[in-house]
Amino acid sequence: MTATNRSVQVAWSGVSVVLGGRTVLDSFDLSVAGGSWLVVIGPNGAGKTSLMRTLAGTVGHTGTVRIGGEDAGDIPGRERARRLAVVPQHPVIPPGIDVFDYALLGRSPHQGLRFSPSERDRGQTLEVLHRLELGGFIGRKVDTLSGGERQRVVVARALVQDTPILVLDEPTSFLDLGHQLEVLELIAELRTERSLTVVSTLHDLTVAGQFADRMAVLDHGRLITHGSPAEVLTPEMIASHWGVHAHTEVDGGSVTVTVRRRQQASAQASSRSIRGQSDQSRSRS
Amino acid sequence: MTSPPAGPGVARYRPTGSDRSRLGGCWLSAGIASVLVAAVIGVATGPVPIPIWQVVLELVDRLPLIGVDSSLSPADRAIIWDLRAPRVVLGLLVGALLAGSGAAYQGVFRNPLADPYLLGIAAGAGLGATIAIVTRLRDAVGFMDPVPLAAFVGALLAVAAAGTLSTRRGSTGSSATLILAGVAVANFFTAIQTFIQQQNSETLQQVFAWILGRLSTAGWGEVRLLAPYAVICVVGLLLSVGPLDVLAVGDEEATTLGLRPRTIRRLVLMAASLGAAAAVAVSGLIGFVGLVVPHAVRMLAGTSHRRVVPLSLLFGAAFLTLADVLARTVRSPAELPIGVITAFIGAPFFLLILRRQATS
Repeated sequence: MTATNRSVQVAWSGVSVVLGGRTVLDSFDLSVAGGSWLVVIGPNGAGKTSLMRTLAGTVGHTGTVRIGGEDAGDIPGRERARRLAVVPQHPVIPPGIDVFDYALLGRSPHQGLRFSPSERDRGQTLEVLHRLELGGFIGRKVDTLSGGERQRVVVARALVQDTPILVLDEPTSFLDLGHQLEVLELIAELRTERSLTVVSTLHDLTVAGQFADRMAVLDHGRLITHGSPAEVLTPEMIASHWGVHAHTEVDGGSVTVTVRRRQQASAQASSRSIRGQSDQSRSRS
Repeated sequence: MTSPPAGPGVARYRPTGSDRSRLGGCWLSAGIASVLVAAVIGVATGPVPIPIWQVVLELVDRLPLIGVDSSLSPADRAIIWDLRAPRVVLGLLVGALLAGSGAAYQGVFRNPLADPYLLGIAAGAGLGATIAIVTRLRDAVGFMDPVPLAAFVGALLAVAAAGTLSTRRGSTGSSATLILAGVAVANFFTAIQTFIQQQNSETLQQVFAWILGRLSTAGWGEVRLLAPYAVICVVGLLLSVGPLDVLAVGDEEATTLGLRPRTIRRLVLMAASLGAAAAVAVSGLIGFVGLVVPHAVRMLAGTSHRRVVPLSLLFGAAFLTLADVLARTVRSPAELPIGVITAFIGAPFFLLILRRQATS
């Protein structure tokens, strides 16, 4: 694996996104130091995915997004794809594609206009797959893998892209607790190994506080607060934006969040709404 | 879901080696062989019996630097080179173009049910041909048949209209907008065509015969007409296999991989539509080839466009040539519309592969 020493900074200034007449991101300002991990949290519909898409360059926005100090709007698409890899929340898996070919797609921005992979591209892909312990899955069809395996393969594609910045939109949705931790541990390791700048959203506060070194809270498209996990993840903040009673425990740099059950009447109401939400997200997937 | 153990044996599987390319090479050889076999059968079949070995010798004789004596009479030679060969070559070209552009359309729209007629080529060509037939343009022009040209212009107009209508503020629209625009244009053109046809019912049979599709040739004229577009289309399609594979992850992810989905979609559709429109112009509407052949290829040889596109070109060529042999022979000396044959063989063949796929 190539040892890299090339951390790249990411910054937003006055970035707004309007979709269908609704402001989903409202003058967002924040910068992420090279080599750090920013986790963006917020309730559903807060604008987290739109924020990730402003980095990916897949949504129109006003304001400026800077990648390594350079206005991202001035960076051609292909060059941008060499600097920043995206793990989408709902990746599209082409039917019938096998693990190797899927991961190999990550080399696309490094190829010519015909997008034909070289032996070097193949070699690097293989290296990453072995690094992620996916060596045994190489010939398997991606659509036959389990959720956790598939997520590792999508992360592999992003790493094969060999970029200094990694953007992950809910990389652990639809994974059980064990696999969530596994994927996040892996990203943490790779981040150290390759000095990656990581920007991710995570809906699960209990794990978010343990991996982030910077956190930002987004609600109704606005940046509410940002800082270290210990500064951000307070019971008051969780109560006011998620409507949940939580207990937090600071241990060194990381924060563990324990969620408490609400009072009886509100507990029933909320379990109904939570069930409604998860049904929705299941049908969307 | 059980995962195979990542044992040393499994882990050592290296797709970078010759494994994949050997498999791909196998299919490529099979495709080329099928084209040669279809061509020989096509040339050997006809009302005048000519032994197949003599046909092979005669064909080999025409290869550069090879001289063999097929001991054919001048009359037989004329039958082969002036009557049968042009028709076989036309069949090969039309089959390749329909299947190749079908594969491209399916790749661009990421929909296995897309076919080259999706954006109004059929309706546009139908309208063009109908206008040419009812206005008796053929008699007016005299020296050449204007129907193919009118069909070609109609087909390209339809695709261009669909493309333009789906474009807003200088950027090509999404694929959903494009498909909807294509549907609207196709319906509009069909309405005009039906109206004109109603007003001129005496030409109904001629129009109907054109729409059913046929490969009839008078010498090499049709082949010459089609060849330049065939070259542009095939080169364009072969150059786009890489981008099509990237596009398979959808517009948004393809963008994050450094591709410009809308530009690519536009270029690939232009190449594919040009080929399909030219094919339709000389042969009428032949259905099923653009749908079934790429499908069969995908089921047998895998879904990467690096395989699907070239193999569709080859197997499409062979398939249509063999279908034409049947169209000529089943009710000889009468000819069946080739569109009937392609559907008649294509559908069961397709179901067979589908069943095999389902059981494995």
